[in-house]
Amino acid sequence: MEENLLEIRDLAVEYHTDDDVIYAVNNIDLTVKKGETLGLVGETGAGKTTIAKSILRILPPLQAKLMSGEIIFDGQDVLKLSEKEMRKIRGNRIAMIFQDPMTALNPIETVGYQIAEAIKQHNKIHRSEADKRACDMLEMVGIPMDRFDEYPHQFSGGMKQRVVIAMALACNPGLLLADEPTTALDVTIQAQVLDMMRSLRTRLDTSVILITHDLGVVADFCDSVAVTYAGEIVERGTARHVFKSPGHPYTLGLFGSLPRLNSTERRLSPIKGLMPDPTDLPKGCRFCDRCPEASEQCREAPPAGVETEPGHIVKCHLAKGAG
Amino acid sequence: MPALLEVRDLKKYFKTKGGMLHAVDGINFALEEGKTLGVVGESGCGKTTLGRTVLHLLEPTDGKIFFEGKDITTPTKNELHDLRAKMQIIFQDPFSSLDPRKSVSESIMEPLKLRKKHSKADMLKEMRELMDTVGLAARFENSYPHELDGGRRQRIGIARALSLKPKFIVCDEPVSALDVSIQAQVINLMLDLQEERGLAYMFVTHDLSVVKYISDDIMVMYLGQMVEKAPSDDLFSDTRHPYTKALLSAIPAPDIDDKTERILLKGEITSPVEPKPGCRFMARCRYAADGCEKPQKLEEHAPGHFVACCRHKEI
Repeated sequence: MEENLLEIRDLAVEYHTDDDVIYAVNNIDLTVKKGETLGLVGETGAGKTTIAKSILRILPPLQAKLMSGEIIFDGQDVLKLSEKEMRKIRGNRIAMIFQDPMTALNPIETVGYQIAEAIKQHNKIHRSEADKRACDMLEMVGIPMDRFDEYPHQFSGGMKQRVVIAMALACNPGLLLADEPTTALDVTIQAQVLDMMRSLRTRLDTSVILITHDLGVVADFCDSVAVTYAGEIVERGTARHVFKSPGHPYTLGLFGSLPRLNSTERRLSPIKGLMPDPTDLPKGCRFCDRCPEASEQCREAPPAGVETEPGHIVKCHLAKGAG
Repeated sequence: MPALLEVRDLKKYFKTKGGMLHAVDGINFALEEGKTLGVVGESGCGKTTLGRTVLHLLEPTDGKIFFEGKDITTPTKNELHDLRAKMQIIFQDPFSSLDPRKSVSESIMEPLKLRKKHSKADMLKEMRELMDTVGLAARFENSYPHELDGGRRQRIGIARALSLKPKFIVCDEPVSALDVSIQAQVINLMLDLQEERGLAYMFVTHDLSVVKYISDDIMVMYLGQMVEKAPSDDLFSDTRHPYTKALLSAIPAPDIDDKTERILLKGEITSPVEPKPGCRFMARCRYAADGCEKPQKLEEHAPGHFVACCRHKEI
């Protein structure tokens, strides 16, 4: 049994606004092993980014309320750490790549300076040494060193995302949170960036949580998958289990909604309806209003997780346990 | 059967500081009634400019456009007014393409109002029918765009485009901003409408799996030029152009046993400002050879399947 690098237990996050309470993340459990890549899949508003931000504790402090749970990273509960201790972790042992490389970089500093800044923040080393390491990082993500003194606007979208990745990996973090890192890029550039991330994660032995809505990227890149819906994880397991024998009706619906290159069907089978309003969630199963199989039981009581295969957990009343 | 829309050697250049930007550079195609032409390519390849030039939202630099057999390259003001009713557009971003101060019903009725041919009662009736057609519940009639989600907003965009009973609609990335489950709903709606009304679509997108699904013919663009055009199934089963091959292989399939070998392209898209006369894909192409420095001619590889690559037979 490999060691868990990250373990999230019973995490619940709410956003309080003037009129409403938004139930963004509702009692989720999640584990990431050392060296594992987890794909966190779901649609807009499912709570994917909120989970990632909770791990780094960068939720908006005025609205976000942490209701329960613990996040154990390398044996420590990050939710119990002081702000000073947390700062030593952020960008150093846990790093994050944001979706939009255009806004993640400072437009008035050179890219080299921005990477070196991250290194200097966490290591007591001389400026010139930090610059040298930043150069190495640029080379590693496939950008020639002589572009060290250029500004973000001189780079294309794909190149900017490489700079952001170089910055995130500069301190050799144990865990990388990648929030839709390739969504803003063209497919041929996406293929280049994913290929680069793949070789880097093996070289640096980094665990990755990849947040995405693209099931193709998950199949290509991830070891395990967690499917989020309305703030819950409705299904999780190895990528093979989830793709080969999806257990939750929502996961099945997602697969049915995808246009495929190798199919000859003339009609897609979408999931009917919309995601429930996160201020007013159904009291039973969150998916019951859109589920073709929903029964009275689904409307009344929230389902518990059922282990359909070893390590493959499905949160549905209709799921059958193994054996 | 004469084509509904025909475009001959269409060019659209923009003046920039560095010289002429060749956004659309010599595009030819014909589209029949009730058919869909998919236009794919990466950002900056000129696909949106092409759609807009065909609709006269941008004036073409050179070339000819025919609609219903008539030359519409330089329409008079009155002709353009009539054309607008027959040719419509659905925009990518349902958040910025709707007037935030107009209710759903006002947005859908606006094209009818501008035609000044309908009484108020007619317009209301028409608007309700349209809402029903695109699957918007009547209770949203007086809602404003900010109250609705992306899928519903895109339905308003579709209803508005349909209101003047067009024959041809340019769909500029209509589902790219939507989540997959909603995307599937909207694609199905567009297919239904095409069957019922015999609409012709020009479907502009970067998403190849969506385009395969909806198109009869697919055109692949690279830096303003067409590199390959073929019937939808042919393009995927018998891919000829090295760029199309790389593009197709780059799409990760939602299948855990997918063994497609990715063709990783070197570098990135080059600049369309004052391009050299040869093949524009040459700098990134793994098959580049001497002949590639000359302008590439479009050859018919199979019936209806055109390729602009001098080495397409060898590779």
